[in-house]
Parts: sequence; structure tokens; C-alpha cells
Amino acid sequence: MSTRLVSGGRLIDRTKPITFRFNGKRLKGHAGDTLASALLASDQMLVGRSFKYHRPRGIVASGAEEPNALVGLGEGARFEPNQRATTTELFEGLTAQSQNHWPSLDFDIGAVNTHFARFLTAGFYYKMFIHPRPLWKHVYEPFIRQSAGLGKAPDAETKDSDRYEHFYAFTDVLVIGGGVAGLQAALAAGRSGAKVMLIEQTAHLGGRAPVDGGTIDGQEPGAWVDQTLAALNAMPNVTIRARTMGAGIYDHGYVLGYERVADERPGTDGPRHRLWKIRAGRVITATGAIERPISFAGNDIPGVMLAGAVRDYVVNYGVSVGDRTVVVTNNDDAYRTAIVLAKAGLSVPCIIDARPLGGGALMEEAKALGIRVETGRGIAKVLGGKRVTGVVLCNMVGEGALVEEIACEAVAMSGGWSPVVHLWSHCGGKLTWDADQAAFRPDATRAPIGADGQANVLAAGAANGFGRLQNVLQDADVAGKMAAHALGFDAPKDAPPMGEDAAVKPLMPVWLMPQSAHYGLRMKAWLDYQNDVKVSDVQLAAREGYESVEHTKRYTTLGMATDQGKLSNINGLAILSDALGEPIPQVGTTTFRPPYTPISMGAIAGEARGEIFQPLRRTPMHGWHEAHGAEWEPVGHWRRPYCFPKAGEDKHAAVAREINATRQSIGMLDASTLGKIIVKGPDAGKFLDMLYTNMMSTLAPGKCRYGLMCNENGFLSDDGVVARIDEDTFLCHTTTGGADRIHAHMEDWLQCEWWDWKVYTANVTEQFAQIAVVGPNARKVLEKLGGMDVSKEALPFMTWADGTLGGIKARVYRISFSGELSYEIAVPANQGLALWEALIDAGAEFGITPYGTEALHVMRAEKGFIMIGDETDGTVIPQDLGLGWAISKKKADYLGKRAQERTHMTDPNRWQLVGLETVDGSVLPDGALAYASGKNANGQRNTQGRVTSTYHSPTLGRGIAMGLVLNGPDRMGEVLHFTNTEGEPIAAKIVSPVFYDPEGEKQNV
Amino acid sequence: MLIFECPYCGVMAEETELTAGGEAHVKRFGPGSSDEDFETYLFHRENPKGVHFERWRHANGCGKWFLAARCTNTLEVFGTYPAQTTRPPEPILEAIRAKRPGFQWRDLA
Repeated sequence: MSTRLVSGGRLIDRTKPITFRFNGKRLKGHAGDTLASALLASDQMLVGRSFKYHRPRGIVASGAEEPNALVGLGEGARFEPNQRATTTELFEGLTAQSQNHWPSLDFDIGAVNTHFARFLTAGFYYKMFIHPRPLWKHVYEPFIRQSAGLGKAPDAETKDSDRYEHFYAFTDVLVIGGGVAGLQAALAAGRSGAKVMLIEQTAHLGGRAPVDGGTIDGQEPGAWVDQTLAALNAMPNVTIRARTMGAGIYDHGYVLGYERVADERPGTDGPRHRLWKIRAGRVITATGAIERPISFAGNDIPGVMLAGAVRDYVVNYGVSVGDRTVVVTNNDDAYRTAIVLAKAGLSVPCIIDARPLGGGALMEEAKALGIRVETGRGIAKVLGGKRVTGVVLCNMVGEGALVEEIACEAVAMSGGWSPVVHLWSHCGGKLTWDADQAAFRPDATRAPIGADGQANVLAAGAANGFGRLQNVLQDADVAGKMAAHALGFDAPKDAPPMGEDAAVKPLMPVWLMPQSAHYGLRMKAWLDYQNDVKVSDVQLAAREGYESVEHTKRYTTLGMATDQGKLSNINGLAILSDALGEPIPQVGTTTFRPPYTPISMGAIAGEARGEIFQPLRRTPMHGWHEAHGAEWEPVGHWRRPYCFPKAGEDKHAAVAREINATRQSIGMLDASTLGKIIVKGPDAGKFLDMLYTNMMSTLAPGKCRYGLMCNENGFLSDDGVVARIDEDTFLCHTTTGGADRIHAHMEDWLQCEWWDWKVYTANVTEQFAQIAVVGPNARKVLEKLGGMDVSKEALPFMTWADGTLGGIKARVYRISFSGELSYEIAVPANQGLALWEALIDAGAEFGITPYGTEALHVMRAEKGFIMIGDETDGTVIPQDLGLGWAISKKKADYLGKRAQERTHMTDPNRWQLVGLETVDGSVLPDGALAYASGKNANGQRNTQGRVTSTYHSPTLGRGIAMGLVLNGPDRMGEVLHFTNTEGEPIAAKIVSPVFYDPEGEKQNV
Repeated sequence: MLIFECPYCGVMAEETELTAGGEAHVKRFGPGSSDEDFETYLFHRENPKGVHFERWRHANGCGKWFLAARCTNTLEVFGTYPAQTTRPPEPILEAIRAKRPGFQWRDLA
């Protein structure tokens, strides 16, 4: 059984006991424990069930690479699935649940899958569920969804109760990783005077060195770490952040850091996580290395762990994984584990070394401690179910015939160490295959580069492929100095510290143990614990023709999910390369993508949630609308009133009331959101002639003209009324959503095509509040306010005038989007509310009625006016909408003219705008299609038109619609049938799109 | 998160300050042009794995459009320059030729 030793544990504080819960069971640990070390100390070997076969799984690793020990952490609003027990710091009251089992961790129904493993091979789901097709939706998909997924998603109704934030940092040198390499690199760079930031994902600096031993400058590595930290802390130009992971490296030295500020102190003030957006001149990846498992049968049984992890639990946490631990290895490093165990008084029945001649000095040291060493041997299989009971020793060469059974509670395995090259690779750093260490390492000649073309990422230490302490320190020292030097800082030319550790014999690559393991063993030899991928699966994929490593990954799921194959990638790759008969470097790796380990959604969102998710644009009258019960509609970043329901009134009734009041007496609309762009200069007319399809240069000062804008593809992109202010100045109204886009469009053409034209533009949308006063009594109300002549003679339709209204300086446009007598009054934004309220008061005797966007829409549809985004969708040209009158025939050129001459644009069979009147007076569904006879090549009914706008018209007391119909204008009176998801097709007659006042008598009074 | 130096205001601008505008030095063809020329203008774009000439706007800054020579593969920036030109400045072309022998982009080499 695994247990806490009576002494040892450099990271725990035995005077501070901590109580926590695992699957409802009360357990005890110490301050400084991780959840994993505390579970092991409580003999909780079994921590989860595997993804596919529901096999019992235990803790394998001691860090970020852990594939098995994923738990649901916390409760309620703080619940989070898939948290690694190995990187979760223990705190009082922690609650965790194991995942992927039913009904309980110890007894799991799904474990029956393991008996069908022969049928659940790679590609099982693809092969099994493809036929018959109709079963997919109702049988297969629900079944797969039921059985898929590791953790439970947090409850959709609960809101994350924690706070998150984003920090920005700029530094000369960023060092990622706080092991001895990172510390030495930071020290070297820091001494040059460069600004240095060092981030470390765990709570402790120093990395593995204090566990692995050796000496640095004659001291224990731990003492050197303390001394170096003190030196770094004394430097004002150096910043150190623990619990901060380098999540990803992006373009031009941009790095994301993920700081777990308060995970171990839930509920305290301040943010839980912090996302660091760091821009660095040079980045040093001192990210260390990850130990590889060895593929032998039963290597997933709880109690089989990485040798380095077994050592970590003893040294760091004073935890023994088992009384008897068999060590199996292909390299010298695992001997350190045996030595640590023996010195802690634990038993190591045997070190099984795959190499025929074994190792070097460390092997001698182990032997001197009386540990039995078997060279040229391997493990044929591990014995046990929910925990290890022993191993079967075999010869490395051969199929795995039994040599001897060795009883034990734990197996410590080491297949060598792979440099953590993830961050190096994120932004284009290339790798080279190091055959001696059987690992990919960064290729410094093909580093990620910055804007200046210089390498901007340097790998250092174990992450750069160095194993010996001396090499690690020297490499890191050089990296620190080079990074600083490249930025113009020079470090003193001092020598790096001296590292000393045992000399090692070369590793022997072992991808399968024993070498010729038979199928029965191979299908129990796990490559990827998290996704239940075995040696036999990868071999099957290769036989089925999956030659690319990326395809094999997706077919077998090797290297997918939350750990992204940190343990499995190299082993899987080696098996694939062997099956394909190609060398490993030729097969290559899958692409490393950020983040290094999963980061919280909260950290990504940061402060952007709730009301400050995005900035809200408010008109000067926004507060009035709010106070008067407006129903809001989001339009771009604005909120516009959809309607103003009165007590007891629904939205439909409110809209009808607003329209009737406006058509019969007077209504008013907050039109402030409409885009207003000033175009000024001697060439302004010429410029607008290019931008609009119609002629603007001939517009007289004091007059208004409706205009259409197209893009170079010929498609309609915006519309609005242009007013000529004076000879050199125009004011262009745009749609609410189009203001910024159209302003940018103008600037693009002015700056990049007609840069010699003398024109300036200014977007003054927010400088003015604008109010539409609409209806037969509009003039009377303005006359009541007084200050300027608004008579038909002084201010005829489609003109504008400056003056004052009720003492407020105003510009009044006689334009109408409703078909009624209408004035749009622009005033400086800070006068908007005053004018609005003055109009409300003055109009009271006429029943003046504020209306919203829906009334606006219905009234414009009654008049057959198009709306950008309803009648247009990026594929519609003005000619489709009967707007030929707004296209100048005289102009040689305008944006979109050439495109509108293309054959498809002049095709007489393009659908054309018409009005549609349902035969029964009902409202057509928006977007409904008109049936045509016959079927297309896909067996779908042919269509001959579609609905673009559809409303109930209170004015006409019936449904009205606009739509695009094949040869529509030539088919007046014809009845079409439209699709209806609710029932029978709906019959509608083709009519003129102008339903109300076709002669335009009401607006021109 | 690229960084470009805005040639107008001199700011080293982060990508969040910029909007991308596609390929640079596209010659406009209007009414009267052949179908082939117009098709080229509207639809044909370079897609190099290597040095590319691009349009960027310092939208959340000085508002100016500028052009950049950037390697789409390594992200190296060979220079930025004002948009009011039909051809990249010679010093930028020199820098590209020096580092990328055999470089070709449309009719530039």
C-alpha cells in the first residue's frame, strides 16, 4: 500500500494538517501536498477509470504531464472538471470527485468494455456506426454521447463565482521555467541589466535538481537554488512569478502566461487566475523534460508510475508508493529512484535494465546498496487488477516468456526523458532527432524568429536536450547571456556555476518490452493512458494505411484530449515508424499547439463578462428611453428602443399603437445612431460620385439626395441620405451598423487609390443627436417650438436648413423613411435630451408618440423602402431592387459599375424585388422560399423566390412582405406558394412593393 | 500578434491596433476593362509561402493605411511603407533580395 513515511518531504509542513474529501471520503494531508501526494499518502491508488475501457487507473506522474489523475474539483459555482491532481495544491476543505465511472469508482459497469477490447480497436466508432445512415441520429449518436467524455461540464445555470483578470507585461528577456536552468538563465540575463521576467508553473522554484541530487558549486542543488533566488530577488530589473505557466508563444515575441493566483485559497479576495499578455524581446524556454513510460503489458495498472515521479513523492512529500518497488529502465536516471527508495528504507526487489550491459556509476551505487540488478531483461507483464501485485520478468529479446515472477506493490518505469519542446514549437521552432537520447530536441538553426528576422526564442537546459547538471547550467548561462546581448545588454564574462553529478552510460531506445511481444501483450501495452490507445491500435492504424502521423493521431486518438500526449507522443511515434518501416524523424511529430496545459475559460475571458463584456454605445436620450420602459434591440454596439410598451401592453400592440399614432397624428424616433460622415474638400463631389451609384456632385447646397453605395463586386453595401452643406462639404448619412465600416471604406479609397484627391472625411456620428419628428402634425409641433421657418415653401421635401428650434441650435432635414411628413432634426449631442423633452411637451396636445425600430421597419416596408441587411445580403445589386433610378447612366465610373456589367449581374433571370400579399392576410414567415416546379440535382424542390421582409401592417390590417422573385416585376397578380415550417404552404400574390401612398402625397406636403 | 512599425506615426503597433487589408499593389480596373483584367483585379491574389506585400491600417491608432513586406512563413518583416505608391521602395526590395535569393512576387524580383 502507498503511505506517508515517518520522515522526509522537503515541500510539506507536517505541523499543518489539512482535511479534504475525495469521493465523499474524509482524508488527511499536509500543507505543501498536492492532491496527488495526499491521495497516495492515504493509500488511494485508484483515482479514476479510463476513457474507453473503464480500466482502473492510478497516478502516473507528479506534474503537468499526468494523464490519469483527473478529478472534478470543487462544488456548485466553483466546480471544475478534469483538474490534474498532480498540479492541484491541497487546501483545507478541498473536495474532489473521480471521473468516468458508474455507479462507483470501485465497481464500474463500463469496465465490461475491457472484455470487448478485441472489438474496440482503433477506428471502432468510425467502422461500427457508419451504416445504416438513418440510425445515426436517434441510436448511435445518443449512445456515443452517453459513453464519451471524461469530466462533467459545470452546471449551465451556475455562474463562475470567481474573478479573473488580464495583465500586460513588457520585458527584454522572458524566461519560462524556474528550474536550475531557468534560474541560471535569468541570473545571466539579469546581470547584464536587461529587464528579465521569470515564470514558473509550480509553486516552487528549483525544478527537479533538488530531487535528482548532485552538487552545484559544491553545494546541494537546493541550497544553490535558495542562494540564486536571493540574488535574483535583489535585482530590481528581475521579476519572478511562481504558479505562472508559459501557456503559448505566438508571433513576434508575444507570450501568454497563466497565473493561478488563488486556486489554493478559494474564496479569498482578488482574482483566481490571471492571464499575462507578455511581449518579450527574447524568450528562453527552460521548460525541462518529461519522462517517458515504457510500453509493456499492464503498464496502466495503478502502482505503475514514472520513476522520476516515484522519486518526487518520496523526496518532496515523504510518500511511499509501495513497500516494494520494482524499477524498470533503459537509462541510468531511474537508478536514482532505486537509490532514493533504498535510502528511505524501502525495498527495491529488482532493477530491470533493458540494456545488456546495464548502466554506469549509479548502477554501481545501487549494487553497493545491495539492490539486485537484472540487465538485458524486461517486464513481460504486470500482475494485478486495481493495484500492482507483481511483475513477470522476461528477457528483453524474445516474446516475453516467463523467467521469474517478482512480487511488488509498485513499478517505477523510465523510458528516457523527452525535452519539453512544446513552447519552442508553438511559433515555428523546428526540431531535430537526437538518436543518442532517442528524443526530439530544439534545432537552434531553425528557431522561431521575430520581426527583425533574428531568432527570438532560445531553448535552455533539459528543454534543449541536456541531461547532465554541468551541461544544463552552462547551456542556460549561454542562453541568458545571448538573449541579453542580442538586445544590446552585455553580461559580465563570468563562468557559469560548476555542476557535478554521476557520469551516465548511454540509453537504449525501448519502444516495446519485450522486443517481440506477442499480440496478447501488445494489446495490453498502453501508449496513451488518457485515450486508451495501445501499441496494437497504432500498429493496426499503420496496417490500414494511416501513414501520416497527423492522421494516425485522429484515427486512434493518440495524443488527444487534455494532456495532448505529453507522455505518449514519442512512444506512439516510434511504434508507428516501426510499423511503417520509416525512421522516426521522417515520420515526424504532430503539431504542438498552445496552450501547454489547459487554461481556464475564466482566465481567457478576464474582466470581460456581464455588463462590461463589451462597451455599450448610448445615445443622449438613452436614459429617457430606459425610464420610459423601452424594450431594447441591440444594433451594433448600440441599444435602440424596439418599442415603448405601456402598462398591460405587449410588444405587438405597442408597435401597432406607435404606427397608428404616427400615421394619424405624430410620432418621434431617436435616430441618433444613424451614421454621419462629413466629406469635405475641393474634390469631395468627385469622390462621392465614385462612392455612390448616383450623381452627388450635381446636388445643390441646401438639398438632400438618397444614395446607394456598392463595393467593387457590385453588391449593395450601404444606403443613406446625402446633404450638401456647401460647395466643398457634404454630410453622408449611413446605416446605424454601417457608420464605422463606411468611414473606413472611404478612407481606404482616399488613402490607397485616389491619394492625390483633395478630400477629408470625419465620422461625426456621436457628435450629433438626431430626432425624427414624423406624421401629419409634425410641422405644427415644430412651429410651436418656433425659431425657424419649417413651412413647405421655406423647407420643401429633400432640403435642409440651419436654425434654432425652441432655442436649440439645430439642423433640420426634410427627409422621410416612413412616407409621412417628416423632419429629422440634428442638434449637438449634449442638446439631444433637451430637444427630445421639448418635443414631448410641445407634442403632448397632438398625442406625440415615441416609437422604436420595429415601427420604423414596418412603416418603411409599407412604403416599399429597402433596408440594408433585409433586402440585401451581400449578393444583391441595386438593379435587383428596382433601384435603377438611383444608378447614374451618365457617370463613366463608380465603385461597382464594372462588376455590374458582368454577365451574371445582367442576367435577366436574377430575382427581382416585389411586394407580396398573402391571400388570407396572414404574415409570411421571414426567409420563406417560393416553390417552383420540379426538383434540383439533390432531389430538393426548386425555388423561384424568397421573402426578405415581412410584417403585420396595422395601417392595412394585414400581412405585407417584400421578396425577391424570378421575373417578379413582370408577374404582378400571380400567386406563389411559400414554404411554411408550421404547416401547409402559404399562398401569396405578387404586388407592387409600395403598399402605402404610392404617389408619395403624404410626405411631400 | 504581429508588430509593425506604422510609417506615419512611428508607433510600433501591435496587431490589435491594426486591421488587415489583404494584398498590396493591386491595380484597379474599372469600366471599359477586359473581362480578364477585371477578373484578375477582383479575384486573383498571390498566396506565397514567403515574402508577401500586404495592406494594413493603423485603425486604432493614427488611422492611416500602410503597406508591409512580410514573410508569411517566418513572420520576418522586411519593412513598412506608406500606401501612396504602386511599387515597394527599393531599399526594402534590396533587403529581401539579400536575404531571399531568387525572391519573386508577381513581376518583382
